[in-house]
Amino acid sequence: MLTRRLIACFDIVEGRVTKAIQFQDNIDVAPADVLASEMYHAQIDELIFYDIHASSDKRLIDIETVKKVAARVFIPFTVGGGIKDLQGMYEALKAGAEKISVDSMAVRNPEIIKDGAKAFGSQCIVLSTQVKREADTVKFPSGYQVYIDGARTATGLDAIEWLKRGESLGAGEICLNSIDNDGTLGGYDIPLMKKAEAAVRVPLIASGGAGRPEHLSDVFTQTQTQAAIISSMLYSPRLEKNYTPQELKEYLSEKGVAVRPFM
Amino acid sequence: MIKIIDYKAGNAPSVKHAVTHLGIDAQFARSAVDLLDATHIILPGVGSAKATMDSLEEMQMLPMLEKLVLQEKKPFLGICVGLQMLFEYSEEGDQKCFGWLKGNVRRFDRDSVRVPQMGWNEVNFIDGDSGFFYFVNSYYATPFDPDDIWATTDYGGTFASAVRRGNIHGMQFHVEKSGEAGLALLRRFCSC
Repeated sequence: MLTRRLIACFDIVEGRVTKAIQFQDNIDVAPADVLASEMYHAQIDELIFYDIHASSDKRLIDIETVKKVAARVFIPFTVGGGIKDLQGMYEALKAGAEKISVDSMAVRNPEIIKDGAKAFGSQCIVLSTQVKREADTVKFPSGYQVYIDGARTATGLDAIEWLKRGESLGAGEICLNSIDNDGTLGGYDIPLMKKAEAAVRVPLIASGGAGRPEHLSDVFTQTQTQAAIISSMLYSPRLEKNYTPQELKEYLSEKGVAVRPFM
Repeated sequence: MIKIIDYKAGNAPSVKHAVTHLGIDAQFARSAVDLLDATHIILPGVGSAKATMDSLEEMQMLPMLEKLVLQEKKPFLGICVGLQMLFEYSEEGDQKCFGWLKGNVRRFDRDSVRVPQMGWNEVNFIDGDSGFFYFVNSYYATPFDPDDIWATTDYGGTFASAVRRGNIHGMQFHVEKSGEAGLALLRRFCSC
């Protein structure tokens, strides 16, 4: 049986992992390859890195950091930030990443999803989307709007319509980050994940809001969501208690959620 | 020397990182000549069957591969699309493959499971071993000869997640990205 995945997500600034709350006030945590290696040995299932300044600095993701991580970590990892064309994707994949996350760039130029999927396969292309609740359900039938540029710019796109478009263009996986829940430690946006799973068939990743183990069991038992992003829970110095992947997996197993067992 | 075939759509660097991490020397092979001193050959795979076959043809690898693997019986490992290449035909892009093993490659049924299969799934080897390995695949092989099946996995039904015939090995999961369990299996191949 295919198990649910726990994905550690790192925001990288100049090769170091930082932690933000609702996209602001980043604090420094550790060098990216050191933390990645720790998480690998702690048996996290997967890693995602966002080079959070690459896009606004108008440069490609930090390839040296990708290479350093690839030499130490033997689980899949996704990278995102500043990748705007096939050449950028090629460099990140050759540096050792499994998948490329596209976000703001994909909204500006949806063809990048199609081109990437055609060149490297759909499984390499993760459509990552920041969404925010909207009261105006005439303009936004799903009740959610897509934001880009680190959640600063509204796009006018309905979230679910955008996911469907991304899937039809060839995205192999979709990561949905709830701007409202991000950094609140109050749990994932479950209604959002339910809407998404009814609309698309590719695997979904829930992001934004995890603070306690029950948030993971909630999203996994109440939705078909295949993977969940955790970051604060694992390593944020702002939290009184951090959890190891082992603790989280044992908790989830007790709740009847199929996970890769800790060995 | 272990040779890892590095073609355009492949993830040869990831496989090389894993082999190197085991303390075993490995080199990329980017042409048929590069394969000449191979003791073991690994064909990594991401991307489509067609892109893989096109790349291998462009590099003029196939005659050399057939000589080394079919005649000289060098240990060969195909990973993911590399496993699918071993069979006769893939539904993906209506592609003819190597045909070293009898059988075809089919797409998972989108009505019964999410496609691609993405994540850690249990692999049950015929010798009784089992473990969790990382999969990313929309297609799976259907070996004609049951003796070619080395391991099975369940995803909306049982499929062959690893195959083996003599010196020819295939793993549908990404052994290079399957943590310590993957590294252990890769070590077994490199020492066979």
